[in-house]
Amino acid sequence: MTNAENGLSALVAEAKNVSAMASKHDDTRSMNAEEWEPHGPLYASRVKVYPKLVHGTFRRIKWAVMVVTLSIYYLTPWIRWDRGPGLPDQAVLLDFPHRRFYFFFIEIWPQEFYYVTGLLVLAALTLFLVTSVAGRVWCGYTCPQTVWTDLFIHVERMIEGDRAERIRLDRGPWTLNKIARRVTKHIAWLLIAAATGGAWVFYFADAPTLAMQLLHFEAPTFALLFIALFTFTTYSLGGIAREQVCTYACPWPRIQRALFDDESFLVSYKEDRGEKRGPHKKGTSWEGRGDCIDCGQCVVACPMGIDIRDGMQMECIQCALCIDACDTIMDRIERPRGLIGYDTKHNEDRRIKGEKPVYRIVRPRTIVYAVALALVSFTMLYALVTRDLLQVSVLRDRNPLFVVLSDGSIRNGYTVKVINKEYKPHTFRISVDGLKGAEIRSITPANDDGQTIDLGPDSLKTLRVFVSLPKDMMGELHHGEAPLTIVATTTDTGERTEGVTSFRGPKQ
Amino acid sequence: MTDEKAKDEVSGTETTGHEWDGIKELDTPLPKWWVYVFYTCIIWAIAYQFLFPAWPYFWDGAWHHTAGFLGYTQRNEVTQELADVAAGRAEVMQSIAKTPINDIAANSNLMEVALAGGKAAFGDNCAPCHGSGAQGSKGYPNLNDDDWLWGGTLTDIQTTITHGIRAPGDDQTRYNMMPRFLDDQMLKRDQIDDVADYVLSLSGTKADPAAIERGAKVFAANCVSCHGADAKGNQQLGAPNLTDAIWLYGGDRATVITTIEHGRGGVMPNWGARLSPGTIKELALYVHSLGGGK
Repeated sequence: MTNAENGLSALVAEAKNVSAMASKHDDTRSMNAEEWEPHGPLYASRVKVYPKLVHGTFRRIKWAVMVVTLSIYYLTPWIRWDRGPGLPDQAVLLDFPHRRFYFFFIEIWPQEFYYVTGLLVLAALTLFLVTSVAGRVWCGYTCPQTVWTDLFIHVERMIEGDRAERIRLDRGPWTLNKIARRVTKHIAWLLIAAATGGAWVFYFADAPTLAMQLLHFEAPTFALLFIALFTFTTYSLGGIAREQVCTYACPWPRIQRALFDDESFLVSYKEDRGEKRGPHKKGTSWEGRGDCIDCGQCVVACPMGIDIRDGMQMECIQCALCIDACDTIMDRIERPRGLIGYDTKHNEDRRIKGEKPVYRIVRPRTIVYAVALALVSFTMLYALVTRDLLQVSVLRDRNPLFVVLSDGSIRNGYTVKVINKEYKPHTFRISVDGLKGAEIRSITPANDDGQTIDLGPDSLKTLRVFVSLPKDMMGELHHGEAPLTIVATTTDTGERTEGVTSFRGPKQ
Repeated sequence: MTDEKAKDEVSGTETTGHEWDGIKELDTPLPKWWVYVFYTCIIWAIAYQFLFPAWPYFWDGAWHHTAGFLGYTQRNEVTQELADVAAGRAEVMQSIAKTPINDIAANSNLMEVALAGGKAAFGDNCAPCHGSGAQGSKGYPNLNDDDWLWGGTLTDIQTTITHGIRAPGDDQTRYNMMPRFLDDQMLKRDQIDDVADYVLSLSGTKADPAAIERGAKVFAANCVSCHGADAKGNQQLGAPNLTDAIWLYGGDRATVITTIEHGRGGVMPNWGARLSPGTIKELALYVHSLGGGK
């Protein structure tokens, strides 16, 4: 046998020996009917999964995605954005105490929270679109659970070795070597988890300031609490729970099933090409049998511990590592790649019938998602661009509707909120418009002239404004009501903002 | 049909043995970690019943409940929270109590607290008579307007609230009296009609000029001692301004006649006996801020 064949059969033997005990389900071919118990157990211990390292296109893509996503996550809080004095200089900041969300040049106030809603809608639509085209790429490449589990498994692999070594270590006695490796691994995991928790709280407070506070043990309790919480969750979910989350806890695998159709690209084992499977002796013909040599490499590479040859299943997160594993073997036995690959159901049928594959990425389903995405994006962009930075909001008193004064005139009270979202202060003159004879009686609180108010940058002021209408102008009201506009004009730029309301009086 | 536990080829798991319209269900074992979490929840539930209030029981004619070893009650939580709030407010409340009422408006921080406290106290104490929006009703003054029987300055309002009007048990209470001109046989019906016409003419209502002239004479003889020669009222005596557009009991002719014939005597509690001076200060500031304060 050649070296390659030696290496190959060694691989297969190792896979079989070890995987028989470590794979998710029993190898049915090695059991007969009498051994099988008719009443299965109610509960089963978790079968530990030891994914083996693979090399290939998709592994490289996953590394790249991991680097990009984790970089974004850990580094974004540190990006600076100057907004002027008195305002935070962090580009992405969710400032809950002051009730502002900052995102580079965008700043949203609580009443504009619908932008965040819009973002979530966009995220959902993007997910639907991507899933209907390429299957569970979210699950396999970008989901935080996948990314952190992948990272933690990689750390484990670096400390405890690849699959076979890890299994041996697990089975073996508690030597100094095992203790040392285990402790190191868990410490490494906890450090990564703490960094993750730390990064999380940096989105909610100024990162450099909070980092200094943490180093000097002066951090607020809430920050510590959340860092502890996320350390715990990252460590538990990424290090301990791993694939159990996808299989048992996450709703997304169940929902995704509804988003595929026969034209979606899914990681599939090409049964028509691979069956009948079985060992292959070098030099013999490939006629009358499938390309699958039952090496089990796809099974040992799987981080979920499943066998993709069983077909599409909920546990498969379509991370495509089995593709890389199989391609590596196919290269070695000099067969074409792609026994496991991204394939559509329709193309599988066409292939079986001998037809050429057709790729229908643009189809009603994807068009609908894309159009919805475009519409929502456009609407949000439009709303964002046409946002007013100076606003007036008027709430008319309802109790009482109006007050009769000694001289017979009618007075209405208003709660007026003036909002200055610009990064510089303004002085506003408050006036009324739209009702002949109406005049402002008082503005509280106001500057000494009683007509203007000062408003700092990025702030809101609440005023009580009384407006009266003289007795002889009562004819301006129709059925006791007339429209009224309260106007705020900046004294420096002359910019005018209005709040529309009404003036009420006795019904004549 | 329960004995047909077929084994699924793909997963190797057997079915439950039941079949619904051809659909079978795999009997996959549950993960043990899930079961242990479930057991933990059960243990916690049992422990909870010993630690926290849990079971009601009827004993000795009344309902009780098991209190739990930790002695936790929501009533205690609320009491504690109220105490914490009061403690947190103590400093500013002391400030308000110490600062003279006319100086509080200059301090926007104190004013904000005082107005909020006044509004809350108003709703609890004053709204039943003066209305939730302070708009009053027949016989209960509208506190939003700029017409005051006893003066609209901060100290005037404070005094009115503290001592009330015709409040029994308070010897400093405000006391005004509108005589019952008909019932006590001080004036005759036609005289009352005339003086009503005269009074209404002062605020612009037209009437027979002869009646107005007669009424002016009746007014000069009977009414000026309280309402003043110009009928603009007297805030020392609590006599209303009869020339303005605001009428406590109604400004139509019939009501004015009733007022003259049978008199009026409004009553307001002396809140000094019921509320702390600090609260009364807050109320005075609040009422004054409603738009008509002088």
